[in-house]
Amino acid sequence: MHADPSHPLSLETDCRFLQSQADWIRRCSLRMVYRAGLGHTGGDLSSADILAVLYFAILRVDPQNPTWPDRDRFILSKGHCAASLYATLAAAGFLPLKDLEDFAQPLSPLSGHPDRTRVPGVEASTGSLGHGLPIAVGAALAAKMDGSSWRTYVLTGDGELQEGSNWEAAMAAAHYGLDNLTLIIDRNQLQQGDATERTVRLEPLAEKWRSFGWAVAEVDGHDHAALLSLFRRLPLQASKPSCIIAHTHKGRGVSFMQDRPEWHHRVPSEQELVLALRELGGERE
Amino acid sequence: MSELADCRQAFAETLEELMGCDARVVVLTNDSVASSNLRRIRERFPQRLVNVGIAEQNIIGIAAGLANGGKIPFVCGASAFLTGRALEQFKIDLGYARSNVKVCGMSSGLAYGALGPTHHSIEDLAWTRAIPSLTIVVPADPLETAQAVRAAFAHSGPVFLRLSRIPVPAVHPRDYRFSIGRAVVLKPGNDVTLIANGTMVARALQAAGLLEQDGVAARVVNMSTLKPLDREAILEAAEQTAGLVTIEEHSVCGGLGSAIAELVVSHKPVPVRILGVPGVFAPTGSTHWLFEHFGLNAEGIRQAALDLLGGRISHAG
Repeated sequence: MHADPSHPLSLETDCRFLQSQADWIRRCSLRMVYRAGLGHTGGDLSSADILAVLYFAILRVDPQNPTWPDRDRFILSKGHCAASLYATLAAAGFLPLKDLEDFAQPLSPLSGHPDRTRVPGVEASTGSLGHGLPIAVGAALAAKMDGSSWRTYVLTGDGELQEGSNWEAAMAAAHYGLDNLTLIIDRNQLQQGDATERTVRLEPLAEKWRSFGWAVAEVDGHDHAALLSLFRRLPLQASKPSCIIAHTHKGRGVSFMQDRPEWHHRVPSEQELVLALRELGGERE
Repeated sequence: MSELADCRQAFAETLEELMGCDARVVVLTNDSVASSNLRRIRERFPQRLVNVGIAEQNIIGIAAGLANGGKIPFVCGASAFLTGRALEQFKIDLGYARSNVKVCGMSSGLAYGALGPTHHSIEDLAWTRAIPSLTIVVPADPLETAQAVRAAFAHSGPVFLRLSRIPVPAVHPRDYRFSIGRAVVLKPGNDVTLIANGTMVARALQAAGLLEQDGVAARVVNMSTLKPLDREAILEAAEQTAGLVTIEEHSVCGGLGSAIAELVVSHKPVPVRILGVPGVFAPTGSTHWLFEHFGLNAEGIRQAALDLLGGRISHAG
């Protein structure tokens, strides 16, 4: 199940494989949210493609040795998308698939937000927004100090960028020239209550990051080939941290969830789950 | 008592020594190289001194990330800002995540004197004490400071070292050995117990001297580890003496006195007097003026002990 990034297959084969992984992550996280009666459906679906591409084609990680010192670090700053992260980690072999059934159950290590001390493969305990990027800056700095080649990736939401701590970290990353750091923004345009631009405007977002000293690329965050090609040519620019603005849709893959703010953390009914799984090609499971 | 010394020197010398022995040790600061006494470290280990600028949320997050990458970060800056400004990062990135980060809160308590309540750090122990998995140490003199830095380095997990810039006398014998979680009795006595930490330990010893003249044998305990608390030492004092007077350079809400009261009220209820800043923002005044103003001196401690005893001085001497 785990693709070896050092032996890339053809792009077409890669993308077919990644699509099946992403669809599986979506179906799996929807089932987890349904069973637990809580979760963040919209963001789980918007980030699934990014997670699939990272874990099955890009990250140098070893599920058998999750604390391998030279592993790449992936930090999910938008910790509310824990279900899709757990599904991804299980698919990649970090935890048994059956553990996913315990998501958010009493005493489960799989809490509603990820806990690095209890879940193999989780690099940072997140949930409160604006924590991931500073931690990622620290990790990237550690690799630089050691002259190590491992890379750090962090996925934030877009609404999350309203937290000021991100901009402290943005300044520091550029100042230290952390070209081993990649920020991916899940730019699905929606936050909990409304569109980001109607809440507190983020645009012009790319210009903000450029002006902070980052190299910026924009990409369709559901296009596996485009994501792959970007990730494979990191850093975007020498001596600068890379910011990838991944344009996504909240609730991607399920027609009645897509781009609808109410699906930020709504839990599907049984009927909605069945319909959603069908749209995601899950009838065979 | 011996001559007075600023614990920051022992702190910086020990940290420099550790950096010389172990390449994993890195130092972070929020633009406070001078006030944290890091100039020599900057000269000797420029690559391992990270100045993140004036950004406390970021400094704690970066430290957690460096720890993830195998480093042992010591974060140095004014205690008021490292704790208050970055409290959630303290809770989550350090405590919940159990990151191997050592936060060195400099100039804590009332050390900034007339700079006022924005710079006073008299809530830091209350805030951080509520965070599970954190170890909190408030050393009393240079010897204990040096040993606390080494103990923090050797301890796996987050540590908050609360340091001061107020010169203090040595209160420990030269052969003293600090260990996390162990209080030390600096003066025996069975009438009343004075429990202090940090800058207040020397004052508790002075008070014990005054009480001796009153015919009161006061035990003096240095409770330098606030978390985990040395329950045994406290309960023993509660058992063997008439009551406890706690003294801290901190608000009376949530610090050393609160921690001790929480313990004895359930296990061995005895009279307790909690001395500290009585739940107010301090008025303008130098540190020493504020100590006098709040009765955080030998006479204030003596009065509290006598008040607690209420004339019941039974077996003095």
